[in-house]
Amino acid sequence: MGANQDGTNLLEVRGLTKIFGALTACDHIDLDIARGEIHALLGENGAGKSTLVKMLFGSLEPNSGEIFWNGQAVRITSPGVAKKLGIGMVFQHFSLFEALTAAENIALSLDDGSPIGSIAAKARALSYSYGLPLDPESMVGDLSVGERQRIEIIRCLLQTPQLIILDEPTSVLTPQEADKLFETLERLRSEGKSILYISHRLEEVKRICDRATVLRHGKVVGHCNPREETAASLARMMVGNEVQAVVRAPAEGIETAQPLLEIRGLTRKPATPFSIPLRNISLNVRAGEVIGIAGVAGNGQGEFFESVSGEVLQQDAASVRIRGKDAGGLTITGRRLLGAAFVPEERLGHGAAPRMKLSENLLLSRHATDGKAFVGTGGMVKSGAIYAASQRIIAAMDVRKSAPDPEAAALSGGNLQKFIVGRELDRRPSVMVVNQPTWGVDAGAAARIRQTLIELSRSGSAVLVISQDLDELFEISDAIAVMHNGELSKPMPIAEATFEKVGLLMGGAEPGHAEHTLETA
Amino acid sequence: MMRLELVKRPQRSALFSALSPFIAFALTIIAGAIMFALLGVNPLTAFRIYFIEPISQVWQLHELAIKAAPLILIAVGLSVCYKANIWNIGAEGQFILGGIFGSSIPVLFPQFEGPLVLPLMLLLGMVGGAAYAAIPALLKTRFGTNEILTSLMLVYVAQLFLDWLVRGPWRDPQGHGFPQTIQFGDSAVLPELMPDAGRANWGFAFALIAAVLIWILMSRMLKGFEVRVLGSSPRAGRFAGFGLNRMVFFAFLLSGALAGLAGISEVSGAIGQLQPVISPGYGFTAIIVAFLGRLNPLGIVAAGLVLALTYLGGEAVQSALGISDKVARVFQGMLLFFVLGCDTLIHYRIRLIGLALTKPDGAAKLDAAPKLKEAR
Repeated sequence: MGANQDGTNLLEVRGLTKIFGALTACDHIDLDIARGEIHALLGENGAGKSTLVKMLFGSLEPNSGEIFWNGQAVRITSPGVAKKLGIGMVFQHFSLFEALTAAENIALSLDDGSPIGSIAAKARALSYSYGLPLDPESMVGDLSVGERQRIEIIRCLLQTPQLIILDEPTSVLTPQEADKLFETLERLRSEGKSILYISHRLEEVKRICDRATVLRHGKVVGHCNPREETAASLARMMVGNEVQAVVRAPAEGIETAQPLLEIRGLTRKPATPFSIPLRNISLNVRAGEVIGIAGVAGNGQGEFFESVSGEVLQQDAASVRIRGKDAGGLTITGRRLLGAAFVPEERLGHGAAPRMKLSENLLLSRHATDGKAFVGTGGMVKSGAIYAASQRIIAAMDVRKSAPDPEAAALSGGNLQKFIVGRELDRRPSVMVVNQPTWGVDAGAAARIRQTLIELSRSGSAVLVISQDLDELFEISDAIAVMHNGELSKPMPIAEATFEKVGLLMGGAEPGHAEHTLETA
Repeated sequence: MMRLELVKRPQRSALFSALSPFIAFALTIIAGAIMFALLGVNPLTAFRIYFIEPISQVWQLHELAIKAAPLILIAVGLSVCYKANIWNIGAEGQFILGGIFGSSIPVLFPQFEGPLVLPLMLLLGMVGGAAYAAIPALLKTRFGTNEILTSLMLVYVAQLFLDWLVRGPWRDPQGHGFPQTIQFGDSAVLPELMPDAGRANWGFAFALIAAVLIWILMSRMLKGFEVRVLGSSPRAGRFAGFGLNRMVFFAFLLSGALAGLAGISEVSGAIGQLQPVISPGYGFTAIIVAFLGRLNPLGIVAAGLVLALTYLGGEAVQSALGISDKVARVFQGMLLFFVLGCDTLIHYRIRLIGLALTKPDGAAKLDAAPKLKEAR
């Protein structure tokens, strides 16, 4: 492959188009990637980044357009073809078998029949030489998300690709782990390899990328050098207009306010061999404040949410208290009736039933709390009332949709999330627990959701936000606690919190560390 | 080498979803014509005898209603189960137990007469069916057993239990040794709707009432919403605060009670005593009825009438053409096959794949695995 070193780019894409039914996901995309550059692909969720990358990796076939590899037109009909050309990909969602070792997982994807011992040795050598230490004999189920990502990267590197595609690689990493990854990427660039780096985190793009291609609504809206841009100017290109900054008024009188949500010594055994136990979690959320829970995905946040929401009951009724009443033995309906509201991480299939209309999805979480308004005598649903209420929420949250009362699955992620958050806000809950409020939501909608959460707290409610997005937590929280391996650190007042301190806790530094900081402050 | 793969369609066609039962019926007719031709019978003649003649006179329509009543009653109950993604395959057994429970009054207390007898029998029939359906529900919620297997196996238990009863303790002492109970007294017989016109009894009215009530339940009531949420997205159902175990019992008890009501209505109305066999497979045919009716109670009424006709037609071709009445089973089987086939093709399209090029990635295959529940 080294033969063709004249001025041609490693990869050139011309007019690549992909149409799904009525939606043009990618519309005449042009993209050049030179040898030895880190090229950012920027865009909001739904801008067409994933579709474009899937076409480059052979998972999707384009409707029209051309791809040139080393100056030659190629058809990438399958991931196998892509690998042969020298394109490797690290997916955002890993495809690893948890019950196998790292080396076994790598062997499965290499598929060339070489003995497991030699694969393990090669993987170990490669991982240390790139500063991504990895024990090939370890069970994937025992590894952290960051370590799992290393397996994916090593697996990709073992195939000696010329172009490596990374899809939102830092979304599962602590800031310190991300730094490590950036070093590795710079090392790869110095070896002449090219990297296509997909992200919506502007700061890191500015930090490591040489060039950027920005997508919006399936079209390329610009190529630029991210180092010469500001985060604000990049955001403008991505979103198409100015995103309103979230305003957080100082929380007043919090010290004396009543705790509305109290969690005391919450402990939960792992439900499956691969889920995280909760270890003695205690936390108070007072009226008028927003508490953020940071943490790398898979450290018990999902288990914690289920326990607080009442989808899973507690043995000790006093381990969860809502508005001063023991709620540990109450179901989610009982906890809602005490004034709590919940927004889960998964929108489709958890927070909403995909094949049901929005008005029916309104009933999903409010059939008991608004029993009188929505359900008549004999259990008859008042369809007029739920329709009117859902239209009210749609208007209040500016939910964009194609039909008056569409199925939940027909909405984009951001719009559905606005509806789901709005559905709970509409009740004026006194306790609101939200898991990943803006995961996969475009910047405009995310800002709106964040603002409404702050406003809810300032009107006297207790708001608990679990998020992997540190920027988000720093934007909206009055205090940040960190969850690591089923344990929760003491909340750190936002004035004292820094990315570094939170990052250390996310990486597993002693929870006592936070207490320390508080005392010295 | 080529192979077939099912690929999920991004959108379902609403038109073909509605047309699917009719397409399935047309395909059944075509396949049936081929079958009759192979049997050496002119298909047109056979179809006239099978589908037209059994319903050409008013008394025959009454016979149709008699056959359709249990099918509709059972199928509307099953539709609630299947909407909740709970698979009760044992309605045949619940039908039999309903018949046995309800018959206990006229058989054990033949002197007890009056207007109370019949309501009590019907109630006992429902209790019997529901109680028998509670067994697989209990096993599923308590031990996580597969309700398809347990409910199906309990059918054979019920059949043998009935057989033992009518040959043993409940046999008519004056019955010349025939395996059957005494004939029910007048007050234990379900009256006919229009005695002058034909034999159809109140069982058909029960079926229509049940269909309307279940339709209201499913489309207008919170309980029906609960059924649909838990069936389509159980995690969202849990988030809503609906209990899956409670739903398993609700669905089994409701469908069991309706199957039991169908059983006692059949015994009390159409037969008039207990016999070793009281059902030509109504409980199983009702599964076809439920799917042919698209799990919609009103569609099930229409589907029940169609399937009832296959029973009558089977008897007709047997007497007129000397073809085995097993042909009815063949028609029912083909109908279910084509209905499920059409539904699958509404959700998926077939792709031919050459194996020479590459291995497909596993994700696509997993996604394409057709599930029975998708057939809704």
